[in-house]
Amino acid sequence: MTKGIVTGIVSNLVLIEVQGPVSQNEICSVVHEGLPLMAEVIKVLGNTAYAQVFESTRGIRIGTEVEFTKKMLEVSLGPGMLSKNYDGLQHDLNKMKSVFLKRGEYTEALDYDVKWDWTPIAQPGDKVTGGDWLGEVPENWIKHKIMVPFTMTAEYTIKSVTPAGQYTIDETVAVLVDKASKEHKINMIQTWPVKLSVRAYKDKPRPSRQMETGIRTIDTLNPIVEGGTGFIPGPFGAGKTVLQHSLSKNAEADLIIVAACGERANEVVELFTEFPHLDDPRTGRKLMERTIIICNTSNMPVAAREASVYTAMTIAEYYRTMGLKVLLLADSTSRWAQALREMSNRMEELPGPDAFPMDLPAIISNFYARAGFVYLNNGNTGSITFIGTVSPAGGNLKEPVTESTKKAARCFYALSQARADSKRYPAVDPLDSYSKYLEYEEVQEYLNANVSPNWVEEVLHTKDLLIRGREAYDQIGILGEDSVPLAYHDRYWKSELIDRIILQQDGFDPIDSSTPMARQRYMLELILSICDMDFDFDSFEDVMPYFTKMINLCKQMNYAEYGSVTFKRYESELHTLVAERRISK
Amino acid sequence: MNSTAFQKIYTKLNQITKATCSVKAAGVGNEEMAIVSGRYAQVVKIIGDSVTLQIFSGTEGIGTDAEVVFLGKPPVLKVSDQLAGRFFNAYGEPIDGGPEVEGEEVEIGGPSVNPVQRKQPSELIATGIAGIDLNNTLVTGQKIPFFADPDQPFNQVMATVALRAEADKIILGGMGLSNDDYLYYKNTFENAGVIDRIISFVNTTENPPVERLLVPNMALTAAEYFALEKKEKVLVLLTDMTLYCDALSIVSNRMDQIPSKDSMPGSLYSDLAKLYEKAAQFPDGGSITIIAVTTLSGGDITHAIPDNTGYITEGQLYLRRDTDISRVIVDPFRSLSRLKQLVIGKKTREDHPQVMNTAIRLYADAANAKTKLENGFDLSDYDERVLKFAREYSQAILAIDVNIDTVNMLDTCWELFKKHFNKHEIGIKEEFMTQYWK
Repeated sequence: MTKGIVTGIVSNLVLIEVQGPVSQNEICSVVHEGLPLMAEVIKVLGNTAYAQVFESTRGIRIGTEVEFTKKMLEVSLGPGMLSKNYDGLQHDLNKMKSVFLKRGEYTEALDYDVKWDWTPIAQPGDKVTGGDWLGEVPENWIKHKIMVPFTMTAEYTIKSVTPAGQYTIDETVAVLVDKASKEHKINMIQTWPVKLSVRAYKDKPRPSRQMETGIRTIDTLNPIVEGGTGFIPGPFGAGKTVLQHSLSKNAEADLIIVAACGERANEVVELFTEFPHLDDPRTGRKLMERTIIICNTSNMPVAAREASVYTAMTIAEYYRTMGLKVLLLADSTSRWAQALREMSNRMEELPGPDAFPMDLPAIISNFYARAGFVYLNNGNTGSITFIGTVSPAGGNLKEPVTESTKKAARCFYALSQARADSKRYPAVDPLDSYSKYLEYEEVQEYLNANVSPNWVEEVLHTKDLLIRGREAYDQIGILGEDSVPLAYHDRYWKSELIDRIILQQDGFDPIDSSTPMARQRYMLELILSICDMDFDFDSFEDVMPYFTKMINLCKQMNYAEYGSVTFKRYESELHTLVAERRISK
Repeated sequence: MNSTAFQKIYTKLNQITKATCSVKAAGVGNEEMAIVSGRYAQVVKIIGDSVTLQIFSGTEGIGTDAEVVFLGKPPVLKVSDQLAGRFFNAYGEPIDGGPEVEGEEVEIGGPSVNPVQRKQPSELIATGIAGIDLNNTLVTGQKIPFFADPDQPFNQVMATVALRAEADKIILGGMGLSNDDYLYYKNTFENAGVIDRIISFVNTTENPPVERLLVPNMALTAAEYFALEKKEKVLVLLTDMTLYCDALSIVSNRMDQIPSKDSMPGSLYSDLAKLYEKAAQFPDGGSITIIAVTTLSGGDITHAIPDNTGYITEGQLYLRRDTDISRVIVDPFRSLSRLKQLVIGKKTREDHPQVMNTAIRLYADAANAKTKLENGFDLSDYDERVLKFAREYSQAILAIDVNIDTVNMLDTCWELFKKHFNKHEIGIKEEFMTQYWK
């Protein structure tokens, strides 16, 4: 094992004189007063290694010993990760007992004393390779597959499989033999370096299935797909985190991984507090049972922040290889980029735009590319849908992180300050936002087959109505209410009807906060049928009161249980109201 | 922090800049405190045997033969109940003529709270100001700044909030506070008879700017003592954080770091987050709530300081002069308290969220009507009504000198709704309409 001694300290960057070989991204421990502080080598110059310490460097002295591990930053993968709360380096936060995080206190990611109910899947004699399923254990409500470690990419023959029974994660469950007849004992734990992507799958096709989120402005207007990527940029206060929390509560995924990356601790506490009590509508279990939280809040060490998103992605890849639908949320990727900037700055690299490192766009695209829908070697499918938030400086979308992300992500949910200011939540701007997936033929076919025969056309029609409404609104603003044709008012208020009823959603109301696709279809078709009607108004002053009445009734429908007596009562009131001024063709 | 006999004295300075000096020394820890020619300094960089020190009060008159004594510890504060009612400088030394505080020495700027050990904030802080209690409710364990232009009365509002908030301790961290404002706080607290609940760490404009960097951590270390050891409800007031950031940029500039946006250090976000995230609700009942002031230049919130702050804090409050009623109000549009969802409608009356939103929506319609008026267009009947509503809403509720409780605020809103609007223009859930639309 290579050793070294500290020769310099600049904030969380330490210079180490090494006696022996070191590699880039190798993990080492700076042994300060008996505590091993984790650090990662980020540059080597002659026999000096530059390492970023994942902890505060307060008190470290010149001459402090450093031990190198020969390994890159790795995560431990195995059953028992669900419902855990990890820090950015996958240390279990719940196992740390003191109120304050102690420097150098590292806890195991997995539990070694729990027995799991093992059932074999593979047979002796089967040919297997990395990522193939050997057996399964129940973990909460999912069948956690025990796989051939991803690092074993060659072909192996199974010599023996341990019979069904109760085992801990470090007991052998299978023995594999390689071409050279060497035996490999496999248990339920495997490790993987977080910066590398897991490629234990056969094929990565274009995604095609919609991923329901229960959020109307996303599902109806700009749908995201299983294995898709999206990002949510927005100024502070526009509701990025609330939107991400809604996604994590309502999205139709098997598993949610939340990477709280450099954000507020109280927001993570909200997840810790609420998720154990909230029901998952699909399984009837608690939301926490399908959630893993990776948490590096803004006051935790900066260097670990960069690691946290990779840790989350690697865990997502692990579960994807079990054939699961994983939703990965990162809030916020800007904090991750800032962590990169801080380090680049300390290393005195020449800065790129806004002092970010020059390779920022490449780093971001590589990361987004790790999401996706895959066919596994055994023909099953799995997916990682990734949605990141971006916190652009000053709310200005022309900044390096937003621009780089725009090149990588396929869905763009722009949060607008103006909408947030007028409390139009979720503040996703319907016209600026887009989903590239709506252009995919596979997705169009899927939507038309699964939602409604003309669905894509209806959605595009809705967007047109919104654009025309905005144009009319601008004209009214320029020319004055009484100087524009009556039709402008009609057009504006129809777009307002769509906005208030379809796009706006009360994230805190028990019913309105999540809308299933069937209900979304019903409401959209109802609203569109009204928008396609002609109404008779004597003067422009009649338009607003009439439409506000309509909006009020539709809103009450949104608050009511779908299909309930109340819902139907409001609906029939709505039809009566519509009939009052409708011109029959 | 006087030097003692066995400490080694270094006298060979090999570099002096405006804020830092370097000395050849061995066995020195990172972030350790030192005394250079009688001035406090802190280790900021060590390369080989060259130790760079940041001298808080500046390097004017420091010679290459200056005496450097390392204290072997990072900056510390002695904590005990004796802190209560006292005034200190940025180093935690008394400036009120009283005796030294005795107590346990605690490193300032210590580790962060394990997020799973935090409790979800759920106790609201009543201030009697509707712009806060009704529209942007504050919660214990929250951190929130006032974004204010220098000419706005933020110090007065903050003092009012502090006094009404019923905290067990109020800790003032004054950075670059003018002597007049310092005296204003002192007198206000003395007159209110609460001086034994106040602790102040003050760096006035007369003190060197870099010293400010210690102030928030001193205040927060004291706060942690009272919140954790004594399980008290502690309110920390930090004013003015913009001046704190300016000091950060001075130091990073002297350290030859590449500046990022607006000449601020690239680590500004992390630097600020480390302070603000000290706000917490602890499991045993103690809490730290931070109310700060970030002064803006011409209301520009895209500047790096307010921008980074906004991403860290749980909302922000803006003051604005409402010219219709000639009073200062808390701006209902741009202000936001992110934690209000945890208490409104739960700890307050159930109709609170909907009433709040409706009133603000109508107030926004009034703003549109005003724009119409300014552009010379005719107003509709609805426009006239929202304008009237807005004026009365502002007068009866929003003005910061109004002091009423939330139930009273909600009832007043319902009265105004009824006075100016039809039922369908309100758009509130029917169950509340039947109950409160009387």
